Amino acid sequence: MPSVIDDVMQKLRGIFFDIFDDDCLVIQASTMAEDIDGWDSLSHIRLVVSIEKAFNIRFSAAEIASLENVGAMASLIVKKQMQS
Amino acid sequence: MANVYESLGWLPAPPVDFYQQVANAESCQALVRLVKHALDDNQLRRISKKLKSLRERGADSMQLPIIKFGIIGNSTTQLLEPTLVGSALRFGILLDVIHAEFNQLPQVAFSERDTFTVNPMDVVLVSVDHRSLPFVACPGDVVKAQSNLEDCLEYLMQITDGIHKKNKSHVMLQNFAPLGEDIFGSYERRLPGTLAWLINQLNTRLDLLNLMHVSIVDIAGLAANVGVANWHNQTLWHLGKIPFAPKYNPIYGDWVMRLVAARLGRSRRCLILDLDNTLWGGTIGDDGLNGIIIGNGHATGEAHTALQRTALALRERGVVLAVSSKNEDSVARSPFKEHPDMLLREHHIAVFQANWQDKASNIEAIASALSLGLESMVFVDDNPAERMQVRVVLPSVAVPELPEDPAFFSQTLLAAGYFEAVGFSGEDRIRAAFYQDNGKRIETLKKSSNLDDYLKSLDMEVNFAPFDKLGTPRISQLINKSNQFNLTTRRYSEAEIAELVLNPEYFTLQVRLKDVHGDNGMISVIICKKNRSHWNIDTWLMSCRVLGRRVEEAVLQHILKYARIANVDKLIGTYIPTARNMIVRDHYAKLGFTKIPNNEEPDRWEINTLEHPELSLPMRITDSSALTI
Repeated sequence: MPSVIDDVMQKLRGIFFDIFDDDCLVIQASTMAEDIDGWDSLSHIRLVVSIEKAFNIRFSAAEIASLENVGAMASLIVKKQMQS
Repeated sequence: MANVYESLGWLPAPPVDFYQQVANAESCQALVRLVKHALDDNQLRRISKKLKSLRERGADSMQLPIIKFGIIGNSTTQLLEPTLVGSALRFGILLDVIHAEFNQLPQVAFSERDTFTVNPMDVVLVSVDHRSLPFVACPGDVVKAQSNLEDCLEYLMQITDGIHKKNKSHVMLQNFAPLGEDIFGSYERRLPGTLAWLINQLNTRLDLLNLMHVSIVDIAGLAANVGVANWHNQTLWHLGKIPFAPKYNPIYGDWVMRLVAARLGRSRRCLILDLDNTLWGGTIGDDGLNGIIIGNGHATGEAHTALQRTALALRERGVVLAVSSKNEDSVARSPFKEHPDMLLREHHIAVFQANWQDKASNIEAIASALSLGLESMVFVDDNPAERMQVRVVLPSVAVPELPEDPAFFSQTLLAAGYFEAVGFSGEDRIRAAFYQDNGKRIETLKKSSNLDDYLKSLDMEVNFAPFDKLGTPRISQLINKSNQFNLTTRRYSEAEIAELVLNPEYFTLQVRLKDVHGDNGMISVIICKKNRSHWNIDTWLMSCRVLGRRVEEAVLQHILKYARIANVDKLIGTYIPTARNMIVRDHYAKLGFTKIPNNEEPDRWEINTLEHPELSLPMRITDSSALTI
């Protein structure tokens, strides 16, 4: 279902812009922490909290630790949304 | 739905282009205006970031006080910094935050070379929770439990004293949120040696503390308000030692900063109350003394009574009460004098302003009569348009958003924490009586200058249509209920109105108004009897909720337009005075009509259809006449 993933990616971009205060960020499925200035452990928690709120879902600690790139985040969000 | 604490429900929603406005802000003052919205944590962080860059660039900080604010705790406090900095700005305070090393409470307190010794702090927040306590579980062992309680208290006191001794910093110590999960169930908090017992006892002991250099931040109360099961977030604690669910960061920041502001003497001192649909249900001018809803036996009446009870309780603790209402003075005072179910009476009200002037002007008059600053004022009104006018014209007055349901008025007012206290003295107890002047009335000095800007910001759209079948029930309701803004108070049945729909001898109008706050529905009704050379205005009424919006001027222009099309020279208006329609005594004079000389009542007024200039009014006009003809 590419369109669902696309929607999630679009919403994620908005969240990334809010957190990192940078409208020029290029957020793709392959984007990782080291690609973005300021994506440290604190920002990671901010991201997780904002995503949980925006999508009305909850991550476990193991899931949060496993999110190695934006694509993985998007897939997990879609999976969680389908469960709920 | 998020509760009032989580959503900062007393603050208005941020503008849609919030981030853009923050980016464009060029002064601290602009940020102060933006931060007085219900912001989430990301938005607060953006404010604090922008504030930092403005201060680094030397932007005008308007002489806002700067507080050096240390944070020490057993959790990741860094996440809270932008929240606290942003929230402080809401109270007009600039916060310079320094964090102590993570989870180093005793080390910092007793060291002479730690962060807070090197950087003298004005205030240090000891942000601890139960996980920092030297708790020893010993269920049922009373002696051991008591000695553990003393150890925990001693531990906290040593830390607060140690920090205070460094540079005379004031210490803000958090009390402890309950856990929510019990091993023993209801019995747990009664059983010495359990964590629930310890937290409960410790909080009680902290309540008894009477030290000048220590304030207690009631986190137990905050956690209870939002729900203890929501407050704790185990996942994030395990993952990053995040002390509580971050969705409560905004209320945490506000909760802490309102106490800081109170210590600077910045709590509010005066509560200004609207009357109709705020202190009672209904409109006193239209519904009369027997028609307003107040008191027991009616759910809505009890809700309004609850707000009155809150106002009285605030008065007992020294908050001065005032009234601002768009009403005739004598009509507005009648429930205070005569209604048996009113808790508030005239002698509780220091200044009583019931008139038809805008509310901002009245609030300025109240402030100057009481010799209090506008930053001491809280204004409570159910009408979103009045709230917005006061916010735009007098930004330093606190104006809580109110939910539709009056049952939540009191909760919302109190959740905002406007009247945060740091103590309570005999002086506070009598202060309100000192201001009391049996509801004196004062003249408003001037009309607020920004009124036209405000009207433009309302983005009003006025729609005109002749009477039609669909509108008849509401037209009938207005004709039979409106008493105040009603020039002739002529009543017509629904059947009579239905006849007017088809009668070519009458020119009729139903007027609707939309604005940024939503659709006000039908707010004005006009009936003109057509004659060859002139039209007689038989009925002209309007809802008082939209008073002062220049809608009546738009109505006149519209009637004149159609009168000219019909080749009519004159409009003739009549004013029939009643006990309730004093407000429109000068209606025709204000609109440029001339009084027709005669000795008889009622007053008759005329205007030449060709002489009246077209005005530019702060609203869009739509005309549905063509659709229904």
